[in-house]
Amino acid sequence: MAEAETSTAVSENGAAAAPVAETEQYTLKVRRFSPESGQGPYWQEFDVELDPTLSVLDALLQFKDREDGSLSVRCSCRAAICGSCGVKINGQSTLACLTQIGEAHEFANRAAGTSGSPDAPKEAVAESSPALTSGSEPIVVEPMGNMPVIKDLVTDMESTHWKKMRRVTPWLLDDGDPPERERIVPPDSMVDITQTIACIQCGACVSSCLSMEADPDFIGPAALAKAYRFVGDPRDVESKERLYDLAQDPHGIYDCTHCFSCIDACPKGVAPMDQIMRLRRLAGEQEIVDRNNGHNHEAAFVKIIEKKGTLDESLLLQESYAPGVKGKLIPKPSAIKGLLGSIPTAVRGIRSGKMRSLPKLIPGVHHKLPGDSQEHVKRIFAHAEEHRTELNLYITGEEDELAEPDEDKTSPPEASREPKENQ
Amino acid sequence: MPRHDVLVIGAGLAGQRAALAAAEQGVSVAIVSKVHPVRSHSNAAQGGINAALNPEDSWESHAFDTVKGSDYLGDQDAIAIMCREAPEEILHLEHLGVPFHRNEEGKLGTRAFGGASQARTYYVADITGQAIMHVLYEQLMKHSDSVDRYEEYFTTSLALDDGGNCCGAVLRNVRDGSMELFEAKNVILATGGNGQAWQPTTNALICTGDGIAQAYRVGAPLMDMEMIQYHPTTLAGKGFLITEGARGEGAHLLNANGERFMEKYAPNKMELASRDVVSRAEQTEIDEGRGFPDGTVALDITVVPKKRIHEALREIVLVGRDFAGVDITREPIHIKPGNHYTMGGIKTDSDGATEIPGLYAAGECACVSVHGGNRLGANSLLDTLIFGRRAGVHAANRTKQVEVGRPSKATLADEEALIGSIVGRERGSGRRVSEIRKELGQTMDRFVSVFRDDEGIKQAQEIVARLKQEAETAYIDDRGSIFNQDVLGALELGYMLDNAECACVGALERTESRGAQYRTDFPERNDDEWLRHIELRQNGDGPQTDYSPVTITEWQPMERTY
Repeated sequence: MAEAETSTAVSENGAAAAPVAETEQYTLKVRRFSPESGQGPYWQEFDVELDPTLSVLDALLQFKDREDGSLSVRCSCRAAICGSCGVKINGQSTLACLTQIGEAHEFANRAAGTSGSPDAPKEAVAESSPALTSGSEPIVVEPMGNMPVIKDLVTDMESTHWKKMRRVTPWLLDDGDPPERERIVPPDSMVDITQTIACIQCGACVSSCLSMEADPDFIGPAALAKAYRFVGDPRDVESKERLYDLAQDPHGIYDCTHCFSCIDACPKGVAPMDQIMRLRRLAGEQEIVDRNNGHNHEAAFVKIIEKKGTLDESLLLQESYAPGVKGKLIPKPSAIKGLLGSIPTAVRGIRSGKMRSLPKLIPGVHHKLPGDSQEHVKRIFAHAEEHRTELNLYITGEEDELAEPDEDKTSPPEASREPKENQ
Repeated sequence: MPRHDVLVIGAGLAGQRAALAAAEQGVSVAIVSKVHPVRSHSNAAQGGINAALNPEDSWESHAFDTVKGSDYLGDQDAIAIMCREAPEEILHLEHLGVPFHRNEEGKLGTRAFGGASQARTYYVADITGQAIMHVLYEQLMKHSDSVDRYEEYFTTSLALDDGGNCCGAVLRNVRDGSMELFEAKNVILATGGNGQAWQPTTNALICTGDGIAQAYRVGAPLMDMEMIQYHPTTLAGKGFLITEGARGEGAHLLNANGERFMEKYAPNKMELASRDVVSRAEQTEIDEGRGFPDGTVALDITVVPKKRIHEALREIVLVGRDFAGVDITREPIHIKPGNHYTMGGIKTDSDGATEIPGLYAAGECACVSVHGGNRLGANSLLDTLIFGRRAGVHAANRTKQVEVGRPSKATLADEEALIGSIVGRERGSGRRVSEIRKELGQTMDRFVSVFRDDEGIKQAQEIVARLKQEAETAYIDDRGSIFNQDVLGALELGYMLDNAECACVGALERTESRGAQYRTDFPERNDDEWLRHIELRQNGDGPQTDYSPVTITEWQPMERTY
């Protein structure tokens, strides 16, 4: 062992090792609320000074340490593993510790320079031009959405997030008789569910969920991703019952509107919406007929696109409730009931302007794709059927690396499609 | 007033395991935590959990590696218990649903880890701690009828009855600021380590040594508090952890000249020598000018196949990308030794019992001692689970045998008065709590870290003593009841100062180099004088020092080389 110098010399070197990055000044605009004050929420603007690569959480803590310790924000690990510091930054649900302050600032400037709203898409960050980064727009920080606020940036996750989590029976339902050793399972099945195990329960996806905004009872992205963790686990013996339950629940898997917000918000690559879609597909494969007609509705979408390339809305309702030729000639009573029940929704769609072209509702009016485009669409369908690749970050890495030949040695996990086959 | 047979304070792995084990015995159990349980710092344990589960492996081999890793300061009876019970614990976790990595046959697969003679580390990618903790929390939700959860309840102090038995604790409901006396026949502390008394540290902001200080304040002895692990691979500046699993998967350590310097320090085990050895090697390279200008050396993970990185080191890919701007699959990442783990803590026997009847401790806040002078990677998760379970079972059985007095209401009144006085301090009347905290962290990292000496430790002691005085008048801003984190920060500062004071006393006392304690003025291990534990009891103003022998059963101390 080499002799060290005196400890004083050591630590002086250590001190020199501290990052000497240049600090910059940023303005934060934070949503404050103290229920004890008797006043409503308000915005507070303040300046912080720190290295652009430090996080928005570092900025909040700097203000808390130096200026006002009464600012409340949950935080612990500072490294995106404990899931405490879920907030909205410039309108985007995320973790405060994971958002670099420099990037957040560029984003705020760019959003102000374009739409004037901080709700512009996240991609804007990457594309931001240097000219726009010199602005002085404040970085907007608010508590997460879809949850009541307790104080400042602290939300009540118990009454929302955790209650929904408990809804999905979030523990392994085994056969009650554990073997002497471990259960033997396909290796890929464990890697597969690790993607959902990676969820840190931060609530960013719940905060960003548009379906939950419309239906507060929606089980939601985090809890449904948790549900996949058990459905996809070959050791769970009640997968089918779980699928049935989640398909039948009017606030279950078919309540998701496919908006991608949760995928965007998730700091851990859990991709909750993907997990919901996997639950739907498994429910379909198990031929679970749900009272929400969710599976048929989804199948109708797919069928129409395959046939016409774009969505022919004149066919959608009919295909959803009475699929096939026979269904059109002799629709079942349930289909007629479903069709009639959809009328108010259709009327609301027309009134609210969501359905803008009335002629589109007339069968046969829908335009066809030009040339042989429809053939291309069909080929895409065929290709997708043949190569049903599951994107799982623990297996394939980032998407851009999928193209690299050395990544191709691994085939996508069979187990993730048919988790029970080798049991 | 809530009343339970067993009150578990802290809801990381040790606490959750203790609560579940106690509940299984049919007694009434509560688990309280200052943060939501899944926010606990056990999350951060990335690499895995050790167990000699393979038929070719043996618990004796695991135990010997642990004894050697501890630099012979670990108690061999406790180590034997931990290593013997490890395989069963892993299988129990597997049965509960932890998705451990499988080999091609679908059986549990392992990875290599530092200081181990066999690949015996079981893992879930590099989120092992998180995966296990979330599964245990699933079990707490499942057993909500037998375990009461109090989430976001901050423990301010322990309560003793007239006979000196621990009989409860005072808690503050963080959400509304109300204070309550929780009555319990047994209290199990599982409050984690004290890393936040050092800056930077891999530890979370919540790791402020609360339970260690609370036990110390009611008279329980602390042990080996000088043994503070510096982890070899932490990000400069921010202190974030890069798992030892990276080196387990084959990553190299390089100095600024591109040399794989571990050849000089541990020619056999290379990067997988014990953590104290690797940290000293890195610090020596840095101090002797072979580091990078930012005071670091490099960890080269690019030698690990990319597919394997994505499958097994995913979290590190994210940490590199998000916190260092480095793609670890393409370039080396700069790292240095950083504060990581509290090997010392509340002295317990192998059932988690402290010297105070009814008070137990488990996990990082406890010192059984299985880690001695240096903890092996992937032994901490094991420690939390084995001794968490044992403490839970023992405490539950004890409730059936003992009569415990009631805590005095005065305890509650005292704590309410203390909080009232902190909140009432005039702004500007002293220093800010955050300033003192920062100075404490920098002081400890400077003087009580990888290399130590008499002069430096004494300097640290002086500063800590001054900071303790300053903390008495330190003021806060938040005067409210609801989610007042400010006042909790003031209490945590007090706990950290007690922890730091004890670490200094231990480090000064132990005039030898063993494990994490490397005294440049006493560079040799001295078994004749120091093959013993240092115990500290609160006595008036400061810690009173005492010694106890190390339990040696099978393995006589030998020279330690890797």
